Amino acid sequence: MMSRAQSSLRRFMQTCAHWPDFVSLRLVEQQSRTLAVTRNVIEPPSLRNECGVMVCVHVDGQQAFAATSDITLPGLQQALERAQQTAKALRGNGLVQHPIANNQGIRAHYRSPELDLPLPDTADWLALLMETSRQVPNDPRLVHWSARLRVVQEQQLYLDNQGAEILRSQQQLFPEIGVNAFDGQHSQRRTYQVAQQGSANIVTHTGFLDEARRVADQALQLLLAPNTPQGQRDVLLMPDQMILQIHESIGHPLELDRILGDERNYAGTSFVTPDMFGHYRYGSDLLNVSFDPNVTGELVSYSHDDEGLHAEKQLLIRQGILQRPMGGALSQARSALPGVANSRACNWNRAPIDRMANLNIEPGDQSMSQLIGSIEHGILMATNRSWSIDDARNKFQFGCEWGQLIKNGELGAVVKNPNYRGISSQFWRKLSAVGDASTNAIMGTPNCGKGEPNQAVTVGHASPACVFSHLDVFGGQA
Amino acid sequence: MSNCRFASAFKTLEHWLKYQLHAQEHFTLWYAAEDSQFVRFNQGKVRQAYPVLQIELTVRLILGERHASARINLSGEFEQDTAQLGQTLTQLRGILDVLPADPYLLLNTELWTSERQVPGRVPELQQVIDSICGLSQGLDMVGIYAAGTLYRGFANSWGARGWHECANALFDWSLFDASGEAVKSTYGSADWDAQVLSDLFEKAREQLHHLSTPRISLKPGQYRAYLAPAALDEVLSMLSYDAFSAKAFANRQSALQQLHLGQQQLSPLVNLREQPSSGFEPGFGHDGAPRQDVDLIRAGQLVGQLVNSRSQAEYSLQANGADQQEMPHTLVMAPGELATADVLRELGTGLYISNLWYLNYSDVGSARLTGMTRFATFWVENGQIIAPIETMRFDDSVYDMLGTHLLALTREQALCIDSGTYERRGLDSHVLPGALLEHLTLTL
Repeated sequence: MMSRAQSSLRRFMQTCAHWPDFVSLRLVEQQSRTLAVTRNVIEPPSLRNECGVMVCVHVDGQQAFAATSDITLPGLQQALERAQQTAKALRGNGLVQHPIANNQGIRAHYRSPELDLPLPDTADWLALLMETSRQVPNDPRLVHWSARLRVVQEQQLYLDNQGAEILRSQQQLFPEIGVNAFDGQHSQRRTYQVAQQGSANIVTHTGFLDEARRVADQALQLLLAPNTPQGQRDVLLMPDQMILQIHESIGHPLELDRILGDERNYAGTSFVTPDMFGHYRYGSDLLNVSFDPNVTGELVSYSHDDEGLHAEKQLLIRQGILQRPMGGALSQARSALPGVANSRACNWNRAPIDRMANLNIEPGDQSMSQLIGSIEHGILMATNRSWSIDDARNKFQFGCEWGQLIKNGELGAVVKNPNYRGISSQFWRKLSAVGDASTNAIMGTPNCGKGEPNQAVTVGHASPACVFSHLDVFGGQA
Repeated sequence: MSNCRFASAFKTLEHWLKYQLHAQEHFTLWYAAEDSQFVRFNQGKVRQAYPVLQIELTVRLILGERHASARINLSGEFEQDTAQLGQTLTQLRGILDVLPADPYLLLNTELWTSERQVPGRVPELQQVIDSICGLSQGLDMVGIYAAGTLYRGFANSWGARGWHECANALFDWSLFDASGEAVKSTYGSADWDAQVLSDLFEKAREQLHHLSTPRISLKPGQYRAYLAPAALDEVLSMLSYDAFSAKAFANRQSALQQLHLGQQQLSPLVNLREQPSSGFEPGFGHDGAPRQDVDLIRAGQLVGQLVNSRSQAEYSLQANGADQQEMPHTLVMAPGELATADVLRELGTGLYISNLWYLNYSDVGSARLTGMTRFATFWVENGQIIAPIETMRFDDSVYDMLGTHLLALTREQALCIDSGTYERRGLDSHVLPGALLEHLTLTL
């Protein structure tokens, strides 16, 4: 059903239909609900009902925007005039001449899977979270735990005066559990998180209830575990760490606006240079990386990006060789490189820039038992807890919640505080085995920060478990 | 909307809402608005430019010991906004119907008023673009200009009311040379002065010249080091996430847990205070509590923590005006004895680190941090700058960096203004000295 804001936007666009200059309007209406139960006590629920419009104009080849939460017709008119004034103020000081997108006649409506299934009401959600919280056993060492859920429903309507009309109806769910264990001296934390598009099935069909008991048990195991030993080992990274590894050391370095220098004052640059595409060996032959907006249920599946570019699957790295960066229409024009439909804004109040959307590692052919069986002297690491990487996205250090030593092809003792260091440009060449589809998980992150002004966006990642040879591994101090 | 319209719109909504309450219902309102201009630069030219007019209202509905809140965007147009606020009230009442009593609800029903307006002189957009692009001629400049008026308001149904309004402009930029070396600078002011900006540009241009020497590659190991205030700011910003929070201490999640338990201590030189009385933030918080100055670390010992009303109820502590996340926003670290002019001489041979980047924990329990050098980090020999270094990773405990390895703090402090703009422009700021360390451990 069309909202009042959408009707208002359509009426306003009619007044711009015959303007000689390009005009686009992007309306975002987002409702979210955050519910939590902490140590079996319901926390006060919080809602967010956000609504606003980003206007974009092109005047004499200069692009400018104006954002407003005033979506009345006079408010939209004022935003349009401010965008035009801003474009005129550039007067030869613009970095690029902006190409006009060819969006003529585009009509699309993307819908999250199972969008028609009704969601439980607040009382039912809270009952589920309470039941989950109560699964945590009564152990004095378990000092803190919570079960949380955020449900986000968003409608974005993009209109332009070339006739494009792109509606995106997304529903995202973010259930999570966290448990802290403390022995009087030291503490350990174990978590479980899901981030997907779809219906309540994301929560109810993923064994959320049972996960609370497992997470609590593992927090207690970590409390008793020795520190991760220091030295070189083969490392088996589980999907909930792989998503961070992909994100930081493939996703960010391949963002074309970073390569073009836009982010040098904040998020940073990239060790990847434009001349590398088509021949640079990024990883071993086993590495295949895709930008894939078509994976059902993945967090950022969509039909078009926020500037109306049609989104389709592209391999960014094929058999270890770098193929193309992630850059939207403008970055493609600036660099003369191919790209993908990834021009995205975090909300109505920020302009689109090059972002990751769904960035995945294609599954290989090894089962989990084959992956473990292939390791003589190694360690399994799961669930990211710490990440740090240099501004060129090269030297990194990542830490996980859970470690388990692997000896002669068999999983062994649990170890705490597992960390590893590496350099992106060398790391992916050490990829020695890729898990098959049975090891693959569709995940995502709700907060990827970048851009000036700052923008935090959702990003989807899917990955199988993977093995890397001879990494520098170490533990904590205590 | 004009400045006075924001204030009167908030007052009108507050008044309207009072008459919508049912018996025994109460509310709190938090208002955050801005009329900002953002201009993003790359290669000394404008990459993206836009104004943002946004009004956010967070309403918390309270009935007995049950409560829930909602944040909505407003248009500034009364009919539309009251219609939306009315729908939100209905939504919240539906939620309260299914909630049990909250055992940790503690309401501040004191009657207070607070009003602070900091007028500013923000330049016209055209003037800013022409001026910055002119100063960038022949330079590879990349950065962000953010300016305009910020508004914060609080009101509740018991009659407390606060209004805070300040106009300012902030330009955060870097100059790059052809080899990728860069100097980072920030100019923030309520009273924009083109000459000050021009002088800062000139200073950065001179510093960039010093970076023209080829980079030195260092091996992992321990190095004597000086952390300039901006680098120390990164360390304290990392700790700010949860290290001083009463809830994090109680949940055993604070990185300073061992300091809290008395198992570790920092250097007696370290004195740290959350001091909202001197910052840019309003003097009141989201829940209506006046924000208080709080000593956190005195002579290396933990003496305070940030406590909000929920933690007061849950952990039997005394609240001190902390926000929902119990994060500091206006940290002040006391100065030391080392004159900034003597830093290179006292450093002798080692690292001069202007900025750090992307910090995170290697081991939260032992407050062990890792991160990267970034922007103008030099190798120094016998008190003389020799050359910039290749980007390096450090990995060290806060108990070493600000404990056993801390030799001196500078006599002069620097104001580090937060240029963060996630969701909205921020008002955080830290006042910090520089720190001379006997060792900093580089790992990669």
